[in-house]
Amino acid sequence: MTTPPPVKPARRSPFADRLFGWAAQGAALLTLGLLIGILVSLVIGAWPAISKYGLGFLTSTTWDPVKNEYGGLVMIYGTLATSIIALVIAVPVSFGIALFLTELSPAWLKRPLGTAIELLAAVPSIVYGMWGLLVFGPILATYVQQPLQSLFKGVPYLGALVSGPPVGIGILSAGIILAIMIIPFIASVMRDVFEVTPVLLKESAYGLGSTTWEVVSKVVLPYTKAGVIGGIMLGLGRALGETMAVTFVIGNFNQLDSLSLFQAANSITSALANEFAEAGEGLHQAALIYLGLVLFFITFVVLSLSKLLLAQLRKSEGAKT
Amino acid sequence: MSAVMRNASDARLAKFARRKMVNKIALVLSLGAMAFGLFWLAWILFETIRLGIGGLSIATLTQMTPAPNDAGGIANAIYGSFLMVLLATFVGTPIGIMAGIYLAEYNTKGWLASVTRFVNDILLSAPSIVIGLFVYTVVVSQFKSYSGWAGVLALALIVIPVVIRTTENMLQLVPPGLREAAYALGAPKWKVITSITLRAARAGVTTGVLLAVARIAGETAPLLFTALNNQFWTSDLSQPMASLPVTIFKFALSPYENWQQLAWAGVFLITLAVLGLNILARVLTRAKN
Repeated sequence: MTTPPPVKPARRSPFADRLFGWAAQGAALLTLGLLIGILVSLVIGAWPAISKYGLGFLTSTTWDPVKNEYGGLVMIYGTLATSIIALVIAVPVSFGIALFLTELSPAWLKRPLGTAIELLAAVPSIVYGMWGLLVFGPILATYVQQPLQSLFKGVPYLGALVSGPPVGIGILSAGIILAIMIIPFIASVMRDVFEVTPVLLKESAYGLGSTTWEVVSKVVLPYTKAGVIGGIMLGLGRALGETMAVTFVIGNFNQLDSLSLFQAANSITSALANEFAEAGEGLHQAALIYLGLVLFFITFVVLSLSKLLLAQLRKSEGAKT
Repeated sequence: MSAVMRNASDARLAKFARRKMVNKIALVLSLGAMAFGLFWLAWILFETIRLGIGGLSIATLTQMTPAPNDAGGIANAIYGSFLMVLLATFVGTPIGIMAGIYLAEYNTKGWLASVTRFVNDILLSAPSIVIGLFVYTVVVSQFKSYSGWAGVLALALIVIPVVIRTTENMLQLVPPGLREAAYALGAPKWKVITSITLRAARAGVTTGVLLAVARIAGETAPLLFTALNNQFWTSDLSQPMASLPVTIFKFALSPYENWQQLAWAGVFLITLAVLGLNILARVLTRAKN
């Protein structure tokens, strides 16, 4: 007679299994809770300002901690203006970089060059800020602003556009530095979406005698349109929320009177960085949190659009392959 | 050959020449764009090294932050940064990995997963200063004091989305066959995940954690009104705490020569650490592939 197999202890796995599953689900829910928590806490923190000014806050230009009067237009304008300058510079450059990396670069250079561009995104923003203030700003003032000032002296509009003390801080400096910071984000999304274009499409176009530029502009770009716009939106979202680099070079001066690109201004993020720790509890702090809420709302919309557009490309890619 | 035909072929040749020209211009511009991008990287790194080495000395690494025009270093700021980054990584990483596991292993297609993924991508790029505001309203203003813990929490909230993203992506790369083999041997799900899939994706997950550390090591905005700053050495996380980025911010904008020099030294150290971590993370993934 053989000995019966030893009785195994009952497996405890179902409980451990459920516990692990709950922990995983809890962590995912926490992420959702975080977003909701941010929104709720900002609304509560900003409530004194919201209830006092309502949406009029967005169009008022007074920002006067002494009289306790607050309006956010100056900062909102600064944030939008710097981000738009950044996009104007960064989009064509990123397109060029993506084109280079996907169509022109020899294979052995692709990886190191791609990494180098991505490292631009890794450099901490405080480094950009300090470099921009102490190295780049003075050079911009001496070699760009002063020649332009003497060139446009007396010319209406253009003269006003470059007026201001040549110290190298202001909207343009901030815009240029933001452009450098968002180039890697836009370029790497563009590169990735260019690479999903089916090779068959590209080769057909080459086979018909197209030049590289024609293939890119008439085949690759239309195919990846949604993804390209998604990448640009991602860059915009980054530029809107960037804090330290902008705080260093924008000048932190509340004004909207000057058209000049070289005049000091203020942005939402730099106002927060400079004033928040010193603002007393009360309306001043609430107004700053209100600004933060506006910023979060704008970036939320921009980033959601970016995500939806990129998802759209992924879907059409799935349908066609 | 008739004149008409010759004209037609001339026109075609001219058109061809123009197309080639346009192509050449576009490609040269693209080369220029690439050079433009590399130019800034090289310039920033060059200045950081040139000005940073100048401010670097033994005193920089061993002494406390000085008063204006006094000798000193940034040892307390380095220590504060190190401590807060370390703790934030310990707090944020497990949550990020668990949520990543949920997305990749438990609920890949459901509505909760889609919403979480969407929200996570937003949080990944959301302005970090807003995270600072959030922590200020829920922690600092409740306890009526700036503290190292608040700074740790703010940084941990930035770690989570980065780790979720990479963990999910890396787990999805693990071949389903591995999982099925483990199930077939009778392993329970949590065991399959912890000792098979997570282990197979180890290098990738580590990369994500390294990238997250690199990201928070350079973050300034979320610390400005959570951990604030401290002129002295402290390990007490319930007190305001110095950090390298916030100290750089304060010193760089000051008019004092010695403060600016220390700020450059700090910038050099931080750039070195962050780029080093980034390159290490890349080497890790490449070794795996």
